[in-house]
Amino acid sequence: MDTEFIIKYIPLYVKAAGLTIGLGIVGIFFSLLIGLSVSLIQYFKIPVLKRIAGIYIELSRNTPLLVQLFFLYFGLPKAGIRFSSQACAIIGLSFLGGSYMAEAFRSGLNAIDKVQEESALSIGLKHGQVMRYVILPQALSLSVPGLCANMIFLIKETSVFSVLALADLMYVAKDLIGLYYKTDEALLMLVIAYLVLLLPISVAASFLERRLRYAGFGN
Amino acid sequence: MQDLGIRVLFMGNNFIRLLKGLGVALKISLTAVILSVVLGILLGMVMTLKNPVTKCITKIYLESMRIMPQLVLLFLVYFGLTKSFGINLSGEISAVIVFTLWGTAEMGDLVRGALISIPGHQYESGAAIGLTKLQIYRYIIIPQTLQRLTPLAINLTTRMIKTTSLIVLIGVVEVLKVAQQIIEANRYTVPDSALWIYGTIFFLYFIVCWPISTMAGWLEKKWKN
Repeated sequence: MDTEFIIKYIPLYVKAAGLTIGLGIVGIFFSLLIGLSVSLIQYFKIPVLKRIAGIYIELSRNTPLLVQLFFLYFGLPKAGIRFSSQACAIIGLSFLGGSYMAEAFRSGLNAIDKVQEESALSIGLKHGQVMRYVILPQALSLSVPGLCANMIFLIKETSVFSVLALADLMYVAKDLIGLYYKTDEALLMLVIAYLVLLLPISVAASFLERRLRYAGFGN
Repeated sequence: MQDLGIRVLFMGNNFIRLLKGLGVALKISLTAVILSVVLGILLGMVMTLKNPVTKCITKIYLESMRIMPQLVLLFLVYFGLTKSFGINLSGEISAVIVFTLWGTAEMGDLVRGALISIPGHQYESGAAIGLTKLQIYRYIIIPQTLQRLTPLAINLTTRMIKTTSLIVLIGVVEVLKVAQQIIEANRYTVPDSALWIYGTIFFLYFIVCWPISTMAGWLEKKWKN
């Protein structure tokens, strides 16, 4: 182990981790937006949109992110549609994450008994209020474990962004291996970097999950 | 786009080559799936033991496999093992090792979940009507566990097939690599071939994974009650 080498290249990894986290957060944000809209479209069974949402979920869940990115980054420019590496990364991650988030939201929404909606209506709440005060608070808290798992999954998936020539953690590690042949050091720092990024999220997720179990009402 | 780039697919044996590339990826993922199912069932049974030592070890194994991106694991095995221990593995073998290690962890957790979801009174009622231990497992526990487990295990299979696409990054010649070769070879004659080739691969993966995940959903619904 060459500690001098490690110390010298820590800033490179910190910068790369920043990129990974930055793209991850933006991607997760859009995934949540897409996921919530898609799950609400399916929940209210909006005629045409429901079909489109269904097709989107199947397409996005059954293809690998790497193939999606190759298509976005190398394929689409040939049809005149050109995105920057960052845009491709975010579009790809949101396209993939949207369907996973939608499934998490959907399972939360489906877990709420029909009785709840009917009782809320019978005490005179309007449809908007039923959603706002009765269904969504319970559904959201029930979908939190799924959402957290998806966030970790999506941050892990960012590891393929190096194919878009983005200098993320994988890219830096590969670069150092190629340039200096310091395989052990580069890989060790890579593992530590991902641990530092993901371990706190994973711990926070399991803590949150335990706290939210109390939110389940009546069962 | 008067001159459709899709014709590159039907030039020579390009399409067959793509399918063969996909075959390489599928062979690796299916090998890993089969190994993972066998090892995962064992791991899952070990995880239900009340022994604190095995509990701790399996937990650490599961969490470390889960928290590391699969690409990092591939790098560790493919580059790390060679450099540190002089073990020279081909990309295919490294991929099978990594996906088996990861799949075993995921499968083990699914098996554990299915096993502990069987309530204790099932064992007790079985014993009360005079079944032997073996009969309890054979007729009561294993059938119920399998019903809960099968859809989840099938879903894991599609996840593993999708994740196998990463092996192109450790130099295995699979469908994406073949695609790059075809695109480079036709760079001047069919400049927009990338769109069509990558689009085709997108749908090839979809055609492989979609029936599997649909079957999982169907089984899940069928066995729910």
